[in-house]
Amino acid sequence: MKQFIDRKLLSKGNTLRVIPIIEIVLLLLLLFTPLFVSDFLTVIVTRMLILCIFAISFDLCWGFAGILTFGQALFFGMAGYAVALLANKLGFVQLWGIVPIGIIVGFFVSFLITWFLLIGKRAPEVIFVALGTLTAAYAAERLVSGWYLVGGGNGMSIYDFLKIGNYEVEPGIWFYYISAAFLLIVYLVSRYLVRSQFGLVLAGIRQNENRLSYLGYKVQTFKAIVFCFAGAIAGLAGALYVHHEGFIGPGNMGIVLSTYVVLYGLFGGAGTLLGPIIGVIAIESIKFTLSDIDVFKSYWPVILGIILLVVVVYKPSGLLGFIVSQRERIGSFGLMKKNIIEEIEKKK
Amino acid sequence: MELLEINKVNKNFGVLCALNDVSVSVKANTFHGLIGPNGSGKSTLLSIIAGAHYADNGSVFFNNNNITKTSPEMRARNGLSLKFQITAILPELSTYDNVLLSIQSGESIWKLISSKSKGGLHDEIMDVLERFKLSDRAYTLAGELSHGLQQWLEIAMSVIRKPKLLLLDEPTGGMSPEERRVTGELLMPIKKNCTLIIVEHDLDFIKDICDNLTVLDQGQIIDTGTVEQIKESKKVQEAYTTRV
Repeated sequence: MKQFIDRKLLSKGNTLRVIPIIEIVLLLLLLFTPLFVSDFLTVIVTRMLILCIFAISFDLCWGFAGILTFGQALFFGMAGYAVALLANKLGFVQLWGIVPIGIIVGFFVSFLITWFLLIGKRAPEVIFVALGTLTAAYAAERLVSGWYLVGGGNGMSIYDFLKIGNYEVEPGIWFYYISAAFLLIVYLVSRYLVRSQFGLVLAGIRQNENRLSYLGYKVQTFKAIVFCFAGAIAGLAGALYVHHEGFIGPGNMGIVLSTYVVLYGLFGGAGTLLGPIIGVIAIESIKFTLSDIDVFKSYWPVILGIILLVVVVYKPSGLLGFIVSQRERIGSFGLMKKNIIEEIEKKK
Repeated sequence: MELLEINKVNKNFGVLCALNDVSVSVKANTFHGLIGPNGSGKSTLLSIIAGAHYADNGSVFFNNNNITKTSPEMRARNGLSLKFQITAILPELSTYDNVLLSIQSGESIWKLISSKSKGGLHDEIMDVLERFKLSDRAYTLAGELSHGLQQWLEIAMSVIRKPKLLLLDEPTGGMSPEERRVTGELLMPIKKNCTLIIVEHDLDFIKDICDNLTVLDQGQIIDTGTVEQIKESKKVQEAYTTRV
């Protein structure tokens, strides 16, 4: 069966790969930003980094596994409250302890939600999961705002700084590099996951969930794994956030933050891992700048809202969609094109 | 040995009776054709075998296991493979990745996460792509393939899983006569170790490749037998000629 090899067909979709370039630019920014900005801005940027970790957890759910979660802040907030209680009641503020605790709490809570919402005989509808997670986050927000032990509606402040051994880590350059390291680890692990053969299954689930079950995949199991993994990441972000801000309140685990994380993802571009990072940087920067200018001071949320609306409606693939092609966004999972061409030519 | 036994299956959609006491048995390593006019229940029968719908009553035995209430993914894991009537390839993945996705479905989640198996599966994937004339489009997005090639890709995805029973719902729909002929040629080699149930409108195509035929009309079986028997069958001729 001799075949005609059309190199043009093989090279179709071969455009400049943009994602590695963005990755390098962001990595350089991540490494050197604190050297060029004031201490005050370093603290602001650290907060963004922690939100980036959180936004990646949303992107894993919606951008990769097709789970529309409107309650991602639940895992963030639960972990935050757990860490804050430990700090206030037991005086435990060691980094080596609070990170695993955040991860475990996030994982455990998301596992419970998964148990109710995702694991069933038949795959649940997207809207069912969206409303389920939304309700869970709302219920949790109401619960903590009425609970005296965790500070009720006022939330909890923690007064001890994060510690590594005997060394205190105040918000600033060291906290920045700790958060940066965690962001990098979370990004790399997630990137590995979504580009593995497991990621290929996720790509299949996003395009035609029904088809996958006829190939023998138990779709819910894959979704459940991603959801719990994302929950654990959100927990990590929550634990870091509490120690950075020195405060946690009901607002950090309810609908507002859950909606923000959805916006970070959609604004930056879901399904890329980089998109939510860009979303956080863009939205938080706009917010920060607008709220500082006198003219816009009182109505910056409106302007922010309009910008978001325009991007989400007219460019559903988000800011990254302007420069990253759909083909590159989904990626390739088998062997590289180069190897395939070589092989075919060898046979020829 | 009978690979598949369907006993007195009924299926109603509201007031519409799609299948009425249908019993079919299919021997291993044979090609079995389901024919009948539009709305006769062929696709419903196929979806009951694949698990897309469950029978209201009656039973389905596959490989001596009762699979009447088994989920589609369990059926797929036990060696059943379905090609949909409307092509259901994954359009935003490359042809190669579509086949990889199909062949790796039996693996454990840990193996998938560690991405260890794709190197070992490569030769098999390239062989199948070669066989179905898709190898020079290995890197093309499946959605950019022509309709005929998409159909072949989907058959390739089913065949590579080495199913015991392959269900094809109108594999030659929308194909040119030449493509139909080639499709028949592509299917013949799998007969050695695979049983095929095929739903088709094109009678010329089906009588060339099938050993046995079952004719359905209005949810009931009119006749079943070898191709020769069906050709001679009075009942079938009656059903086809008296229909208005």
